[in-house]
Amino acid sequence: MGKKKEIDDRFKKFGTKSFTLTSKVNDFIDYLEKEKVMGTKCKDCNINFFPPRADCASCLKSDLEWFDATNDTGELVTFSKMKYGPIGFEKDLPYTIALVDFGDYKIFGRIGKNIADKDIQIGMKMKVKVNKLDNDRINYIFEKI
Amino acid sequence: MGKVGIIGVGQSAFVRAYPGSLKELAFEGYKEAVKDAGITAKDIGASVVCSAPEYDKQRSPAGVIAEYLGLNPQPTFYVETLCSSSSMGLKLAYSLVKSGLHDSVAVIGIQKMSEISSAESQERMGRGTDIQWESPFGTMMPAYYALFAQAHMAKYGTTLEDLSLIRVKSSTYGPLNEKAVFRKSLNLENLTSPDSRMTAPIASPLRVGDCCANADGSSCIIIANEEKAKALSKNPIWILGLGAATNSVNLTGRKIYTGLPAAREAAKQAYEMAGISAKDVDVAEVHDCFTIAEMMAYEDLGFANPGKGKELIHGKETYKEGSIPVNVDGGLLSKGHPIGATGGSQIRTIVQQLRGEAGEIQVKDPEIGLVHNIGGVGLYGNVTILGR
Ligand SMILES: [Zn+2]
Repeated sequence: MGKKKEIDDRFKKFGTKSFTLTSKVNDFIDYLEKEKVMGTKCKDCNINFFPPRADCASCLKSDLEWFDATNDTGELVTFSKMKYGPIGFEKDLPYTIALVDFGDYKIFGRIGKNIADKDIQIGMKMKVKVNKLDNDRINYIFEKI
Repeated sequence: MGKVGIIGVGQSAFVRAYPGSLKELAFEGYKEAVKDAGITAKDIGASVVCSAPEYDKQRSPAGVIAEYLGLNPQPTFYVETLCSSSSMGLKLAYSLVKSGLHDSVAVIGIQKMSEISSAESQERMGRGTDIQWESPFGTMMPAYYALFAQAHMAKYGTTLEDLSLIRVKSSTYGPLNEKAVFRKSLNLENLTSPDSRMTAPIASPLRVGDCCANADGSSCIIIANEEKAKALSKNPIWILGLGAATNSVNLTGRKIYTGLPAAREAAKQAYEMAGISAKDVDVAEVHDCFTIAEMMAYEDLGFANPGKGKELIHGKETYKEGSIPVNVDGGLLSKGHPIGATGGSQIRTIVQQLRGEAGEIQVKDPEIGLVHNIGGVGLYGNVTILGR
């Protein structure tokens, strides 16, 4: 990554439209660019956090480690296909938001557009994958295993 | 220490676009409550103003509204928990009275959503969720509740028709409520026919008919300590139980997707404080921002076991004549949902029911009423129990 800018606003690249500029877990974006979807783990408390947290509220430690969720297998908990979106998401419509349970943690995101509606079933096995968007933006999607 | 009583209730009409300013809108609910209580501004020791910011252009609305209502120099407090702001405001007002700090407090709920476009307001509502990790995927309130509907259907076999029956009930009573924004009558055919506007998809599985409308509106609840309530009011309604809870904003932090833990926790607290259980409730107002939300409320409040909420609506048990009448004022689905004003409107309905002043929608001789008011997607849960 070259020299960091004075304001580390990497998080503004996240998703179709980001509402957050700076975060202590900004490295999440760098990992996405390396095709990895990462959460954080408090080793002391043995808790996996997704979305990644900078701080553990149980032991108050702030030196959490990263863990890789990219190759884990999860189960689809629920989903909804959206016919309308908020301002700034019009071009993405329709899209399907979803929640996938990986056991120790869950991930909220979208289901990849390559999966037909009729093939989406609660309980189906899914994994999370990095997804590059237009204009150098980035997020992740769920894919069928 | 004594009890705390509700001595006055009021609300504005809930409308699509209120043709006046924020403070003028607040005045409408306040005026009705003060007249209802038969008091004047000097009888009110403090005000609590409840709304969700971001819709208002006015910064710090509490002081501006207090002045317009004639509530200077009394102090004012500003409370925000999204759609449950005025129930939370009541809880704060209760503690101000119970502590002895003030003998009487007015809880003013308000929202003027029409100052911004519907799309903008949907986006702002959506930002009452996790803006860092969920909003970048393009989320909105209907879609969040749709996730719960989908999970409820998968786990319990709940159907779209079950949800439509909840809207049918709402629109049985909406036409009777002169303060409601949506007063058309809808039958099951209107809500299930593929040609009907009501079945147009919003966020699967929810359709137009499953969603409440935005509205502008205000509400006001005036409370007083026992001595003052008895002196000022012929029939004060007592606050018997107050429960409030919070839960994970990001859905990844939830353990269940078929109910709202914050509502369950708030109900538990309120039942304990009132020393009652679900079966003692004679009439209830629940937060039906979407049809699935009312179904989950039946189960979260213990009116039905998890997954059995549909039996209540199929058996018409939640109609006016049923065993546990729910939202017989039309609920949010018919009244409309002016965020900060909604809780106060629900409380007003229950107070009128307990006084026997509910007119056409009067439930037979209720003694205990309950209000269930949710902020965000179960980020906040509030349950209030009132009695005669
Ligand atoms: Zn820890």
